[in-house]
Amino acid sequence: MTTSQQALLVDGLTVGFDAGAPPVIDGLGFSVARRETLAIVGESGSGKTLTGRALMGILPRGARLLGGRALYRPGDGGPEVDLLALRRSALRRLCGGRIAMVFQEPMSALSPLHTVGAQVAEVLALHTDLPAAAIHARCLATFAEVGFPDPERAWRAYPFELSGGLRQRAMIAMAVVAEPDILIADEPTTALDVTTQAQVLDLLKTLQRRHGQSLILITHDLGVVASMADRVVVLRQGRLMEAGPVADVLAAPGHAYTRALVAAAPHLPEGASAGRSAADPILQVEGLNKTFPARRAGFFGQRSGTAIAAVRDVSFTLHRGQTLAIVGESGSGKSTVARLLLRAEIADPGAQVVFRGRDGAAVDVAALGGAGLKAFRARVQLVFQDPFSALSPRMRIAEILSEPLAIHGRLNARARRDRAAELLRQVGLSAEHLGRYPHAFSGGQRQRIAIARALALDPELLICDEPTSALDASVQLQILDLFKRLRDELGLSYIFISHDLAVVADLADHVAVMRAGRIVEQGPVAALFHDPVHPYTRALIAASPEPDPGKRLDLAAVARGAGAPQDWPAPFGYRDDTAPPLTEIAPAHFVRLAA
Amino acid sequence: MSDRPDPRDRSAHYVSPEPYDPDEALQRTDRPDLDAPARVLIWRRFRQNRLALISGAYLLAIYLALPFVGFFATHHPAERNAEALFMPPQAVHFFRAGHLAVTYPMTATLDMETFTPVYVADMNDPQPVRFFTRCGRPHRVMFLFQTDLRLVCPPERADLHILGTDRLGRDIHSRIVHGAQLSLTVGLIGVAISFAIGMVLGGLAGYFGGLVDNAVQRAIEIIRSLPELPIWLALSAAIPPAWGPVAVFFMISAILGLLDWPGLARAVRSKFLALREEEYVRAAELMGASSGRIIGRHMMPNFTSHLVASATLSIPSMILGETALSLLGLGLRPPAVSWGLMLNDALDLTAVEVYPWLLLPMLPVFMVVLAFSFFGDGLRDALDPYS
Repeated sequence: MTTSQQALLVDGLTVGFDAGAPPVIDGLGFSVARRETLAIVGESGSGKTLTGRALMGILPRGARLLGGRALYRPGDGGPEVDLLALRRSALRRLCGGRIAMVFQEPMSALSPLHTVGAQVAEVLALHTDLPAAAIHARCLATFAEVGFPDPERAWRAYPFELSGGLRQRAMIAMAVVAEPDILIADEPTTALDVTTQAQVLDLLKTLQRRHGQSLILITHDLGVVASMADRVVVLRQGRLMEAGPVADVLAAPGHAYTRALVAAAPHLPEGASAGRSAADPILQVEGLNKTFPARRAGFFGQRSGTAIAAVRDVSFTLHRGQTLAIVGESGSGKSTVARLLLRAEIADPGAQVVFRGRDGAAVDVAALGGAGLKAFRARVQLVFQDPFSALSPRMRIAEILSEPLAIHGRLNARARRDRAAELLRQVGLSAEHLGRYPHAFSGGQRQRIAIARALALDPELLICDEPTSALDASVQLQILDLFKRLRDELGLSYIFISHDLAVVADLADHVAVMRAGRIVEQGPVAALFHDPVHPYTRALIAASPEPDPGKRLDLAAVARGAGAPQDWPAPFGYRDDTAPPLTEIAPAHFVRLAA
Repeated sequence: MSDRPDPRDRSAHYVSPEPYDPDEALQRTDRPDLDAPARVLIWRRFRQNRLALISGAYLLAIYLALPFVGFFATHHPAERNAEALFMPPQAVHFFRAGHLAVTYPMTATLDMETFTPVYVADMNDPQPVRFFTRCGRPHRVMFLFQTDLRLVCPPERADLHILGTDRLGRDIHSRIVHGAQLSLTVGLIGVAISFAIGMVLGGLAGYFGGLVDNAVQRAIEIIRSLPELPIWLALSAAIPPAWGPVAVFFMISAILGLLDWPGLARAVRSKFLALREEEYVRAAELMGASSGRIIGRHMMPNFTSHLVASATLSIPSMILGETALSLLGLGLRPPAVSWGLMLNDALDLTAVEVYPWLLLPMLPVFMVVLAFSFFGDGLRDALDPYS
């Protein structure tokens, strides 16, 4: 390849915080050609976001540019400039106009006080000398291009009126309206649901193809890389680990770290892993409903507005030693189900939740109180999503792990400490950490400590509420392996809640897919992945990007199932409360469809 | 850096020679610097704030000195020097006539046009200032015993009024030093009272929610909407005139505390609500912990430091409140000595114009309030040492 097509050449980029500490980006070099998509991949702390920010001249406070150059060759044949050496005023003229950025969190990147139209128009007002009417026309054209159904409405809308996906589209409109040469997208879809992510990625790809921009895609997700990028740069702790064409790097990763990343990326299962069979129910749930009363608003706290039905008609049976995965996007009610099962929340009357412990006695969870509830708490434990807030910052690890034992008055102080050490070893940490405080540990280590705490009372059922979604991919894989090992060693049963189908594929025996408070499809893991029936399940599967450049996202399938229940095709669609019942279409495989 | 790839070569597949061991990271602590009890981390962060550190040291020093104020005063606060009414701050000269410090005897003459005393120093008669000796009326140390031992005493044949005297010829420096006792403790007692009420009511509102919360919230709003100064005035005016200075002092502290608790109650309530949502508190609930254990073991340790900071920040308003009340003649009553009472003398504008040193008690008020603000701000900023 010749360098004439080159749009941006970064060489020896070095960024550091403190004078003494090692630089957070260490001599990074890469180049981007016109019309090319370069993916910068890394986990948290890899410096991938700082790289994008360094190019735009918006490094956070305290970060300093220590060296390197970034030669940008404008598309209109202008002279080559070094972005890192430009004065602020000159850089400002380029950024937003010739080089634009799409941020991760569109809600905080858009001003809540101005309409979307005004904010997008401002880009043109700053970077072009078009008259107001032309700016308006161009903005509307861009809104239409990024997929707003009604551009005129988008022009007048405030950011909070838009859904997350539309907000990200507004952000993209703002970035592309001045037709930049280079678009830097920093985790543009991380805050979005998986079906929305697929659509936004497709939009970025389409725009790039149409306008011939260079796209620098910063992401932690190899699946996104595989479906989007031409070339990839793998960063770890600010250093370049591997670089090359996507097909080469993903098919034959040369570096051990890249291999670990590829292995850790969620894959949809190929062969049918038959769910392990058993017929010893530990938890039977029948007709679980939860209605949240409307918000208190009046002066004396009267309720006003309408009640919210968070969970509707959820029924399932979990057998001992098995894992039920509940999968759904945000707002599907999956976490509420977890809280209901734990009795952290009281279900609407009429629900049947029966827990059968190892002793064989059936317990009606809804009717528990006092000592019975306390005993139930010892047998069913929760693993939280966020390992950072799940551990009290004021307690040492030994105190955290012996707290459940102290609450239930088990063992004496010394035996508790021994048990704590044993628990730490069980989750793969060494007992020397007992005297430390949680903040000394990384997210993955803290999640292990939280799991150890959940195991302290020898529970029979663990409810895991997105236990890996706050973790880096490689750590996520380790934690999933830990869950598997513990299940086999301790005979645990799991209810595993996730927004990502691919994550649960390996662990689950049964999967229930939830949408808008209802289970829409439920069945053995093999049936669900290989013979998905419901359009929403199919959309989730189609939208999961896999680290395999051969597979592109099936956007038609995503579009069919991603909408609201009333947009689903017959016989699946329904309105409000007229949902059809779950129908058994194959043994143990239920789908919500009108008969 | 020869091992780095050429960034221009876009078709090459570069692999770094750097090793990678996924298991190595598992046992290594990520942030060893954060592995310490919260108080250590808070102190580490607080220490970096110079201004707050100096303010804290200053406040500590003056509060520690409170029981011994008489030792630092040159006179008894009620001692009158009939020869020196409205005497301006007197110069002290160092290293003169073979002494460490000397003052000169002053003679007063009355200016017959303005009827103000005019003081002239007799520069030929240096008198040595005495250090660490006994003089004047005895003062009480730590409420225990009386002594007339002082750090600095006036010369035997001259005066020593370094900040001047008031209309009765009382030494302003000595009165400021003695006034600190009442003016500074009013804040502490007031905050203690408001802390107790605020903790209980805010805690109840935050923990039980619902009706209790509503009642407390409405009570707070009602108290907040009362105009502060008239209420102070009304309550202080209701203190029987026959009560002794100590009783009045406690009543004033109580009044200030009773009107100040809404702020603290709100802080407690919101912290309570925020902590209830923390996942480690949820975790304790789901482990089956009782309410008492959740509050005592999981919530309290995480919010006491916040409360200390808000309490520190509300002490200055108490001190200012006492000053304002006493200034208006409705707070402490003579013979008590407080900064507000001393400023009461300065209410007369003409007096201020002719004898500006009467306003000097504003200086310690200003410095203490500022120090509390700096200290409290520093404390508050240091409270979240984990970011």
